[in-house]
Amino acid sequence: MSVGVLKLSRDDRPILIAALFIVVILIAGTGYTLSHFGSAPLLSPNYLLQQLQIGAFLGIVAAGAMIVILISQIDLSVPWTLTAAAMMATSVGGGWAIPVGLAVGIGVGIINGLGVAYLRVPSMIFTLGVNAVMRGLMVANTGGFAPQTSATDLMRTLASAHWFGIPAALYVWIGVSLLVALMLQRTLLGRYIYAIGNKEAAAYLAGVNTRAVTVVCFAISGLMAGLAGVLLAGYSQKAYQGMGDAYLLPAIAAVVIGGTNILGGRGRYLGTLVGVILIVLLNSVLSIMAMPEAGRQVIYGGVIILMLLVYGRGERVTS
Amino acid sequence: MSDLALRARQNVAFLTSVGLFLVVYLIYHMSHPKGFSSAVLVQNADEVFTLAMVAVAQTVPVLAAGLDLSVGALMTMVGCCASYLLTGTTAPLALEIAGYSLPLGSLPAGVPGLLIGIVLCLAIGALGGLMNGIVVVYGRIQPIIATLATGAIYIGIALFLRPQPGGKIDEDLNWALTNSLGDFASTVHIFNDGAAPWFAPFAGIPTPFVLLALILLLVWVPFRRTVTGRTVYAIGSAEGAAYMSGLNVNRARIAAFTLGGFFAGCGGLFLAIQTSSGNADIPQAGAYTLNSIASVVIGGTSLLGGAGGALGSVFGAMMLRVISFFFRIFDIAPLLQPLFEGLILLAAVSVGSLRVLRVKNTLELFR
Repeated sequence: MSVGVLKLSRDDRPILIAALFIVVILIAGTGYTLSHFGSAPLLSPNYLLQQLQIGAFLGIVAAGAMIVILISQIDLSVPWTLTAAAMMATSVGGGWAIPVGLAVGIGVGIINGLGVAYLRVPSMIFTLGVNAVMRGLMVANTGGFAPQTSATDLMRTLASAHWFGIPAALYVWIGVSLLVALMLQRTLLGRYIYAIGNKEAAAYLAGVNTRAVTVVCFAISGLMAGLAGVLLAGYSQKAYQGMGDAYLLPAIAAVVIGGTNILGGRGRYLGTLVGVILIVLLNSVLSIMAMPEAGRQVIYGGVIILMLLVYGRGERVTS
Repeated sequence: MSDLALRARQNVAFLTSVGLFLVVYLIYHMSHPKGFSSAVLVQNADEVFTLAMVAVAQTVPVLAAGLDLSVGALMTMVGCCASYLLTGTTAPLALEIAGYSLPLGSLPAGVPGLLIGIVLCLAIGALGGLMNGIVVVYGRIQPIIATLATGAIYIGIALFLRPQPGGKIDEDLNWALTNSLGDFASTVHIFNDGAAPWFAPFAGIPTPFVLLALILLLVWVPFRRTVTGRTVYAIGSAEGAAYMSGLNVNRARIAAFTLGGFFAGCGGLFLAIQTSSGNADIPQAGAYTLNSIASVVIGGTSLLGGAGGALGSVFGAMMLRVISFFFRIFDIAPLLQPLFEGLILLAAVSVGSLRVLRVKNTLELFR
């Protein structure tokens, strides 16, 4: 596999290049901190673990986003699905907090899936509408203020405790990653997902219940958004308006940087993992450099274009 | 089947959105205490113009089967530029980069300066669109993800120009463009300051409405009739076939994004003039992008490309805005408004799904 870039398969090359880019970011960031502060925090395991803990929330959202992108759909309802799950979880409280949060996520996902699979509304616009409805429901529910309820102890533990020196949120992310990777590589559902992404009509003719698979994919995406919402509420002790806004586009960017084709049907989960780590580290290096928001946005956009120019180019219309 | 009936059948979605809008807007005016008056029309036109422009900007790339996620960002960037270029003063302009100041000279005073400023703003918008087109065509990156990235860059530039909301727009310009034609005439001193007898029937028409019609008539309609414009539609229908027919696919795609950038620039320019400031508001840019997509769909343009048009998107945008007008005159608890907006949006975009019931062969569903 690591014989040379040329011998790598089409799906592995982006992952390797993105991983190399992570090393470049680490070296550049360390060079900056050494010359300005005389220390190298980026290379300390504690700092990296802390960054990965923050990255876990994005990583979980990205896992769901990837599954939906693989069937050539998109889920834009993530921000308020995440927020709704967090708000419902904190307002229910007690032992039912986490199940309720996850159920909200799955429920919204199923609605998305039904709209896309059975009504055949383009996912781009249907999930957008569902996002608006969830926002409306939450505003009506909370009165437009941040809810007064707070996260349960279990949510806080899952989000910010450390087990054996490793943040608990990281365990959750690893668990989710293993499940998703296994599902994509080893199960029938995973095969169906890639088949639908390549050509839904062909998958349908081959006997796949494509509508049901689509609903399941959106349900998984909703579940992931719900899980991220529950964890994020635990991390920040409470749920608040707009807590999910910062997760939609970075998650999609992470999936695409990881080599998943935005048109579906191609991409490996490992790539999404690498993409998330890349974005998280890029963000943390930029904050260490005290980069103003303006510069961050420009660099952020520039990196996405650069990475895609290297390996994400489509085929010519002639071919 | 007669020509007219055929045309109507091909534009069902568009005609539905126009009809629905007219009904809803009529109800709005009849229940408004000051309905059917110039003041209400002007207010509505001011609120609709920017979204309508951004929706038109979204329509052009969508027709070529490419979504543009940077329209809101581009609009914001042009608005921030306008807050420097349209002050109406001769104060020298300078670009401050990392402590260094790069003098850019100053604009002439009065109307010539304002006109140059407007042209510069629109050029910046078109340039942003051109960038999108180049990245998509020569970079061969999927439009949705390419414009996601360029959108981040444009927002970055906007934030660099206006870290805090601020700036100033010439008051006369603001007054002339955001009111009725009568006010426009009296501000620019034409038609006997707007008091000419023949002008009276037109004096109540909102200026933004006239601007919108002019931009569509002078830019969109001629463009659609050119070979490049037809090619944009052809790409959306079948890119391979368009290429095989000898159409210049690359040029049309770049033109589509450039024109989109120009329209987004028009929207940003007006928003800056209307609010008399530049504001690099990221959530607002995102909301405009998403609403532009919703407007395009409600207006009957297919997200797969190849069918629809700019006028439909304008009605889609008006439809979206009228929904929020309603909350002002009907007694709906403010807390429930976002919920109603969401439900109506969801219902509006689901109306098109009725075709699923008519499909005889399931395979027709997968395109």
